[in-house]
Amino acid sequence: MTETSKKPGEDQEERIPAMQSLLDNPFLLLFIGVAMPTVFYIVWGIMEIVTIPVAP
Amino acid sequence: MAQFRTCPDTGLYFHKSAESLIKANAVAAAVALLVAGLLGLLVVLTRWQAVHLLPADQFYMALTAHGIDALIFWIIFFEMAVLYVASSVLLRCRLATPAWGWVQFLLMLVGAVMTNVAIFQGSSSVMMTSYVPMQAAPHFYLGLILFAVGALIGCFIFFGTLVVAKQEKSYEGSIPLVTFGAVTAAIIAVFTIASGAIILIPTFLWSIGYIAHIDAEMYRVVWWGMGHSSQQINVAAHVAIWYLIAGLVFGARPMSEKVSRGAYLLYILFLQLACAHHILVDPGISAEWKVFNTSYAMYLAVLASMIHGLTVPGSIEVAQRGKGFNNGLFEWLRKAPWENPVFSSMFISLVTFGFLGGITGVVMGTEQINLIIHNTIYVPAHFHATVVTGTTMAFMAVTYFLIPVLFRRQMILPGLAKLQPYIFGGGMTILVLFMLGAGTLGVSRRHWDMDFTGAALGFDYPGMAYTLMGIGAFGGVIGVIGGGIFLLITVGSLVFGKKLEPSAGLLQSFGFPLAASCYTDKRPETLPRAAPLPAGHHTSSFEAPGTFVLALVLLVTFVVYYFINWKYLASVWQLS
Repeated sequence: MTETSKKPGEDQEERIPAMQSLLDNPFLLLFIGVAMPTVFYIVWGIMEIVTIPVAP
Repeated sequence: MAQFRTCPDTGLYFHKSAESLIKANAVAAAVALLVAGLLGLLVVLTRWQAVHLLPADQFYMALTAHGIDALIFWIIFFEMAVLYVASSVLLRCRLATPAWGWVQFLLMLVGAVMTNVAIFQGSSSVMMTSYVPMQAAPHFYLGLILFAVGALIGCFIFFGTLVVAKQEKSYEGSIPLVTFGAVTAAIIAVFTIASGAIILIPTFLWSIGYIAHIDAEMYRVVWWGMGHSSQQINVAAHVAIWYLIAGLVFGARPMSEKVSRGAYLLYILFLQLACAHHILVDPGISAEWKVFNTSYAMYLAVLASMIHGLTVPGSIEVAQRGKGFNNGLFEWLRKAPWENPVFSSMFISLVTFGFLGGITGVVMGTEQINLIIHNTIYVPAHFHATVVTGTTMAFMAVTYFLIPVLFRRQMILPGLAKLQPYIFGGGMTILVLFMLGAGTLGVSRRHWDMDFTGAALGFDYPGMAYTLMGIGAFGGVIGVIGGGIFLLITVGSLVFGKKLEPSAGLLQSFGFPLAASCYTDKRPETLPRAAPLPAGHHTSSFEAPGTFVLALVLLVTFVVYYFINWKYLASVWQLS
């Protein structure tokens, strides 16, 4: 068995996985959760409507 | 100043301001449910053609108020209470900006009353959707706007309370899964309210003459960003309540927190895009927009629901097996506390949401087979499965839990309470199943008269459609009786229930705090990080074989039903 030397306090500063960092950040989730439907549903949908030719 | 109370029965901590706001919002929700239920009775007794109770103008007025009181006011008032529980109570911290909490409540209350007044004045029978160019009275729209602003304030108080909890280190590690579910609900709520503001403010200005024209298609697309997303808040909130009750009743722990949180992330990313299925038959919108938003994005949200539908009963099964209920596939389920309305209501919610609401939702979200049932009574059947037997029953379940814990009153009529979930759930399930059948035969939603009496172009529905509508309405009446029993028990308990705390008087049932001696200025202990799972605890579905079999039954049911709908489409829409 090999032992790795650990500096004091290293255990406490355990690296947090990126996905957990995302899930632990409610404001980032808020941004994503509002941006996704705004872009794909609202903005894209409105663009489709405004490009409908006006009837002569 | 003493601010925190500890529930002697559960150990839950209540911040005084949060406690009052939870009570006030829950009571307002119950009043909205009462109004919605009474109006629902009038609606089913009119759609039951043999009874045909109301004349046309009163029917459309009752239907408008029923839709808004049930789908908006009952649900969102209760969700405000859920947000305060999930933040302040579960994270053991003070509520951020309690004064703004009362602004939230008052704005929502004034908005709800104003919109109802507009409807019952008779000039705003525009249905919940209020499609332009139908025009309601200005205070109809203004009431909805005020209500939405109030709800938005509630969402930001929730996010503020998360910040308070983090800053004051009231919990260790990540927020609990139930709170994470509430975060999901609050995020969807922000998008919902923003969509509502984008469309309802100009519509209000149009109703008072400042804007000349609202484009009907633009209105439909943006309005459904609010109209359908408001129901997606419910999904996130009631799934959080499923997890909460599994933990409270069984001591169950999620089979995999990672998987459950990942499923919530799928909700955050994709659930709101399902609004698009309302636009599936609208001209002018491209197939690409429709297909992406429904047939791709929506299925990822459906996947998330299937994950929750597997992990919640799975976690209950694991907890029950840990207590020794190991015989066969389903002893854990047979020995569940079926006489406890907290559990029975929650489990009926879970099953009906999956089997009825979920499967029919996928059918409605598929562009081709949507054509069979678009704008038929199948649509209200679907959302009665999701919002009534799904969300409402989950909210009923947690209300039964909160009566002694939050209101400090003993529940009255416990024998009737054991039966209530079955009466309500059974009646509403009959309503849903038979309306689904009638919708498949083409019975239109919303229409006052199935006979089309006096119409220039008449149409005869098959006799079976009348039978199905009649049986469905009978189920609806049973459901209303079940809802009435729920309100009798819950409101009756707040007024007449035995006091579990001497200062829990009538005013305290409606939002006033308990006696000062109930509260302490000592801060609650920090919520510890969840203990590691015991050795040998696996996260595979085979740890919960009964749930795995139930999931397979759901899958087979879905596949068969999906195939039947495609087959039916081929027979009614013959292209060759």
